[in-house]
Amino acid sequence: MDWEALRVSLVLGSGTVALLLPLGIWFGRLLAVREFRGKLLVEALVTVPLVLPPTVLGFYLLVAFGARSPLGRAFQAIAGQALPFSFQGLLLASAIANIPFVVQPIQRGFEAIPLDVRDAAACCGLTPWQRFVRIEAPLAWPGILSAVILTFAHTLGEFGVVLMVGGNLPGETRTLSVAIYDRMQAFDDRGAGVMAASLLAIAVATLVATTALARRAGRRRG
Amino acid sequence: MTALKVVVSAAFGVALSLLAAASSVLAQRPPRIAAAANLNFAIKEVAESFARAGGSPVEVVFGASGTLTRQIQDGAPFEMFLSADEEFPNRLAAAHLTRGPGDVYAIGRLALFAPRGSPLKVDERLDGLAQLLKAGGVDRFAIANPETAPYGRAAQAVLEKHGLWDAIRPRIVLGSTIAQAAQFATTGNAAGGLLAYSLVLAELKSRGDYAVVPAADHPALRQRVVLLRAAGPVAERFYRYVLGSEAQAIFEKHGFGIPR
Repeated sequence: MDWEALRVSLVLGSGTVALLLPLGIWFGRLLAVREFRGKLLVEALVTVPLVLPPTVLGFYLLVAFGARSPLGRAFQAIAGQALPFSFQGLLLASAIANIPFVVQPIQRGFEAIPLDVRDAAACCGLTPWQRFVRIEAPLAWPGILSAVILTFAHTLGEFGVVLMVGGNLPGETRTLSVAIYDRMQAFDDRGAGVMAASLLAIAVATLVATTALARRAGRRRG
Repeated sequence: MTALKVVVSAAFGVALSLLAAASSVLAQRPPRIAAAANLNFAIKEVAESFARAGGSPVEVVFGASGTLTRQIQDGAPFEMFLSADEEFPNRLAAAHLTRGPGDVYAIGRLALFAPRGSPLKVDERLDGLAQLLKAGGVDRFAIANPETAPYGRAAQAVLEKHGLWDAIRPRIVLGSTIAQAAQFATTGNAAGGLLAYSLVLAELKSRGDYAVVPAADHPALRQRVVLLRAAGPVAERFYRYVLGSEAQAIFEKHGFGIPR
């Protein structure tokens, strides 16, 4: 078992959630309650990382932020470190790849709140922030929680982007899923097997948790 | 909405402190060495012997020479690069990413490998492969990707020299590295593969039969090592160690030829 890879995976997973959650709540709610021109296009753009091969994202990130691009050189001059093949770059790539996993469940969560509930809250003289904290967030929490779980689990399972943008550096960009690949190539089937089994266990636990949450939310509303 | 801003900035704060924690760990890491996949076992032994001889630990990352070259060009933080050929290090040197032209540290050899139970009879002239191919008995045959892996390029040259390339092409499975090609050759339904002799000696010997391909049948796999621009004192010492007699003996034990 590569504990260092597990640590990188866990830090990457929680970092991606921390980075995306505020943005996801704001944007998911916006998509749920507002109608505006071009909303279909915006929703499509949010969903695109879901259907795009990870190599497309990897390609663009490497081309845009690689040491050979002006943007990459400027970033390196400011930050003192290149974005590709660093944990920071991996976190950015992971955040982009996970946008649909965080926005969509949250949007569904807010959409499920009946319009008259929001109107009633507004009539009672609650400020928008009070309305959000006391009424909407408690009603939308199953969506928010499943966004957190899905994003975390998806980050743990991400492979293509990590290998392309991260480059398999131990302790920095070698996540558990990449470590399995690495162990396989070193003919260490035992090591790969242990790590594969732990990822499988995490994935099953995640799905059980989300299903249980969805059921609980359904019961409460039904 | 100012409270929302507080939440947002708190979350960013958490993310940033995670980053800081991650990078503070990085500061004390041993130098990272990029190594061609055929060195998988040999270089680990060299690194252990280096550490025992009073050097410091180094961290070796394996990949196809072409992939690693691309990563170095894109800014990957390696301090030294052990390639499976000369072309990739030369390309880096031409782009001023290395310290000097480097040195040849080993000569690689190819081996024809057939896993246990395969109908393929191995011999150094590839006659068994030609016969089996003609009889339609080759379902899959593994080599490394010639574009990114020098051992794949050499394998293609061998197959071309024996006039087998066109016939075997639809049957070929390409490993992204020579290690993956070796993986393909041992698992699944591949009849065999043209692999790095070093990997066969270290790991595959007990899983099937092999024959070493004559060095004259393909362009020499002259493996060059270069120090990269970020190289620190540990990498510099490791570089000299790799070219020294102790490391050279280890390479020889692992089936490499020694440059002179």
